[in-house]
Amino acid sequence: MKVLTAVKRVVDYNVKVRVKADQSDVDIGNVKMSMNPFDEIAVEAAVRLKEQGAAAEVVAVTCGAAASQETLRTALAIGADRGVLVQTDASLQPLAVAKLLCAVVQREQPALVILGKQAIDDDACQTGQMLAALLGWPQATNASAIGIDGGMARVTREVDGGLEVLELVLPAIITADLRLNEPRYVTLPNIMKAKKKPVDVLTPEALGVDPGSRLETLRVEEPAARAPGIKVADVAALIDKLKNEAKVI
Amino acid sequence: MTTLVIAEHDNAQLKGATLNAVAAAAKIGGDVHVLVAGANARAVADQAAAAAGVAKVLLADAPQLADGLAENVAAQVLAVASNYSHILFPATASGKNVAPRVAAKLDVAQISDIIGVESADTFLRPIYAGNAIATVQSADAVKVITVRTTGFDAVAAQGGSAAVEDVAAVADSGLSTFVGREVAKSDRPELAGARVVVSGGRGLGSAENFKILDPLADKLGAALGASRAAVDAGYAPNDWQVGQTGKIVAPQLYVAVGISGAIQHLAGMKDSKVIVAINKDAEAPIFGVADYGLVGDLFQVVPELTSAL
Repeated sequence: MKVLTAVKRVVDYNVKVRVKADQSDVDIGNVKMSMNPFDEIAVEAAVRLKEQGAAAEVVAVTCGAAASQETLRTALAIGADRGVLVQTDASLQPLAVAKLLCAVVQREQPALVILGKQAIDDDACQTGQMLAALLGWPQATNASAIGIDGGMARVTREVDGGLEVLELVLPAIITADLRLNEPRYVTLPNIMKAKKKPVDVLTPEALGVDPGSRLETLRVEEPAARAPGIKVADVAALIDKLKNEAKVI
Repeated sequence: MTTLVIAEHDNAQLKGATLNAVAAAAKIGGDVHVLVAGANARAVADQAAAAAGVAKVLLADAPQLADGLAENVAAQVLAVASNYSHILFPATASGKNVAPRVAAKLDVAQISDIIGVESADTFLRPIYAGNAIATVQSADAVKVITVRTTGFDAVAAQGGSAAVEDVAAVADSGLSTFVGREVAKSDRPELAGARVVVSGGRGLGSAENFKILDPLADKLGAALGASRAAVDAGYAPNDWQVGQTGKIVAPQLYVAVGISGAIQHLAGMKDSKVIVAINKDAEAPIFGVADYGLVGDLFQVVPELTSAL
């Protein structure tokens, strides 16, 4: 079984982004970029399936500018066998990424695609579901456990009231939630080995996909700032404030 | 222009999040219809028909719609979609699961987690864990949207008198099967809709110590929440998690106990009306958003606060 995993280069999760003065976007000019944390979990899940013998090959895919190649190399260092970069300078929205991934899936014919549940920049939480829809495959989002048995995947999902378990007919799409696994640290020898692993570079044109945007961002603003708070000396003062000033208890 | 709201329910009870989505639909303008896709869910359709501002309820009732499988529910939405300019889902686990599938099939962009409606095609949504608010305009013929429930006040559950219309249920896709559900038991208010939330973090130290929050939550009539650190450490179940990757809450009062205040946690609670932080580290980032901060040992402060209430 071949497993495809999709990764995205995003602003590192520890960075607190600032909005540009002209309100056109957030300023990501000189900030640290990393692999989206949920995608690390997705790659780890794919590599573990290979280590368990359930997968024969793991292919990592990313869509974006040339610098996304670094993110792909991280996936290869975690243990993916080879990479596919769909290179474009277009600003990509989830529907466009889903169409690009759909074209890559049709070339690669994997039995399973694992993505992160959402990217921490646009917080959209759409791409996996859209890819499943375009391919007509079943989906299990927010996965916290994955088991492969013959032509089926048994997936535990994190839902609002607790957990639920689904069985999907393969081929299928799974998106990874936080508790699916703890991604391994990439070691220096594996980073060196990753440099030698093959990466195919494709373009949206070669895949026959228009990567254009469907939503226009009119402006990006700072959220309304909260009024500065105060520190109270003790419990009595806190209760007094909550009762008489804030009137919430 | 007519908006379809997809109801969130468990086949017996309409979930409150639906009423917030109906409120967002009302802001867009035009008639509001509600789709109830479920099994033996007529009671849910009747509840939806009673909600203020709902003009019509569509009920698709069949066993294959019982468990909210994305493949079947999305197909059901698509079966009735041609009559609508806007299709709204509450931004709950199930809404987020199905909405993008509907959007992709319609070949339109989906707009996630809106917190404001500027016009029928322009919406406000948070990005980067709530550190920026984007105003986005859709050029698509149909707008498929998920609604952040804390962004809109729920419409009244009573007062409406919409007609319930039965619609044909779609066939089972056969692609996925529901196996089972493990529901976390709780007598407390639902986290997402609670008026008061008491949340614990890594500072609690153990699952045993987490119980120190129970009497405080009881006195305040509060739901219990947790930071990711507390959930990962096994102090609290994962559906209590508040933050970018957990639940988004905006209660009247949010009490953060032993929570440092990472960006990802703040994303889930910084729209609360009043935030109280109890932490022994005076430099913890949580004090940056707290209206009232108390620096002290939570094992002393929490019991003292509980008995003083």
